[in-house]
Amino acid sequence: MTGAWPPPGVAVARAPDPADASPLDIDTDLVRTWLVQFLREEIERRRGFRRVVVGLSGGVDSALTAALCAEALGPEAVLALLLPYRTSSPWSREHARLVAKKFGIPTRTIDITRAVDGYLEEFEPEADGHRRGNVAARQRMIVLFDQAFKLSALPVGTGNKAERLLGYYTWHADDSPPVNPLGDLFKSQVWALARAVGVPAEVVDKPATADLIQGQTDEEDLGVTYPEADLILHHLISGHGPDDLVEAGFERKKVELVAGRLESTHWKRHLPTVAMLSPTAIGEWYLRPVDY
Amino acid sequence: MPLDIAIAQFRPSKGDLDATLDHCAEAILRAIGQESRPRLVVFPETALTGYFLEGGVREQAIAAQDLFEALNARVGGDADGLDIAIGFYERDERGIYNSALYATLGPGGGILHVHRKVFLATYGVFQEERFVEAGAGIRAFDGPPGRIALLICEDGFHSVSGTLAARDGASIILILSASPARGAAPGAGVPGNLVRWDALASAIATEHGVFVVVSQLVGFEGGKGFAGGSAAYDPRGHRLLAGPLWEEALLPVRVDLGEAARARTEEPLFSDLERSWTRLLVNSPGSGVRRPAPEDE
Repeated sequence: MTGAWPPPGVAVARAPDPADASPLDIDTDLVRTWLVQFLREEIERRRGFRRVVVGLSGGVDSALTAALCAEALGPEAVLALLLPYRTSSPWSREHARLVAKKFGIPTRTIDITRAVDGYLEEFEPEADGHRRGNVAARQRMIVLFDQAFKLSALPVGTGNKAERLLGYYTWHADDSPPVNPLGDLFKSQVWALARAVGVPAEVVDKPATADLIQGQTDEEDLGVTYPEADLILHHLISGHGPDDLVEAGFERKKVELVAGRLESTHWKRHLPTVAMLSPTAIGEWYLRPVDY
Repeated sequence: MPLDIAIAQFRPSKGDLDATLDHCAEAILRAIGQESRPRLVVFPETALTGYFLEGGVREQAIAAQDLFEALNARVGGDADGLDIAIGFYERDERGIYNSALYATLGPGGGILHVHRKVFLATYGVFQEERFVEAGAGIRAFDGPPGRIALLICEDGFHSVSGTLAARDGASIILILSASPARGAAPGAGVPGNLVRWDALASAIATEHGVFVVVSQLVGFEGGKGFAGGSAAYDPRGHRLLAGPLWEEALLPVRVDLGEAARARTEEPLFSDLERSWTRLLVNSPGSGVRRPAPEDE
């Protein structure tokens, strides 16, 4: 690319504006290459793995993750695990198969119903949908990590930045895999990149759902759409306060909802709190990076 | 007199000094095997270890002399007389520094200069002040190819660094950088930090009438990606080359250091600065010089 850069001056600081989502615009070609390189280096070079396993839910995040892994490592190096529960939508499985076919990724289906119900139905039949969702999410991670161990593969995570900032995931479940390519992309950026990478439209355009509870959609659950939440989150973590955003024209109710979730879930984005007793406490005094 | 430089856009084996030294030697030998044998090979910041070491600098820092000897031992006589600039975590009796070594290889060579990073990045993802000491100053030195100055990454973000280097006579400034990629807005086709580097390095070159070479690290460290994108600029601020993204490269660039004097004559910004420098410092707030009250003027 000798001499190929365009001139500088393309980054423009913008004041918050609910009608202006351009701060979230990404160069999808650049990000695609960036993440493919990330996956190659973090999986192969740094950790010495040749294979990965991805839980393919039928949603856009895992579809994009699987597609990027296939591009980075070759589709044969990726195993897509379909891990339905008895209440999972049949469309989720159908869409997962569609994605696997599109990118040439081998699949294995492991129904987690008996594993989940072995606990819930015998010991906790009264558990509500929220608890059942958490148990299913954690069971999926048990399978994902065990399959990874069996295959000498690395589990790859699929959580996006919006979910992470909103705390909209099961702690130590969805966020467990050691490598995650999408964690710094808002949902609307995931959609843009998924379109650019060729994830089937059926998967990109459908309403996002964790599919933990029948008929549930993320946006109904959250009370705000992802494009709205993404933009509010972007401005909040860029240093604008909730009042600044309301003054700029954002809807107060949604700003407070998003800010509330953000502020109440910092704990979820950290490792467990450890009592520090010494000047060699791990992660406090004794500091070594993850790849050292 | 043309000066052939090879920018070694380089990926270390993080935390493995021996493997990385071997890889440095390979890059040097590959450079001198090129059709136009370079006089100088420029590696990036922390090329010897990787950048994000946190407390690992204690285990990975080495003395400048040890680095010089380790490289000499690996490259053998083929590299005699070759100059290198390379970034490393340096240990001496007083502490650990983020440093850049400039040396001429071979038995007739030796260490010509060690620059210790002055402006330690300590914000956002950076924590340098926590783990290394700051360098004391910025100066140029006489290398075989001409008068040279070294800067390390954030040093180059402060315009005063280029000014100090140029005032000390540098006609070429080598900036060794490890710049984690961030920013993916449409338009440039490269991460936003490289857009900023492009503007900064070009501005240093133009303002001071100097060549600027920016050697960038490559590779991912704990999710932070060093994208490469090394570059070189002539004294009029024109980019002479742009390195590839995400991969190692040996990037040859030929410069004529005499061009620096010609550019300064054409657009005498540097002599304007020279003329005004002392007066500006004396008359600026914080100089310690008591200025006359307005009614006395």
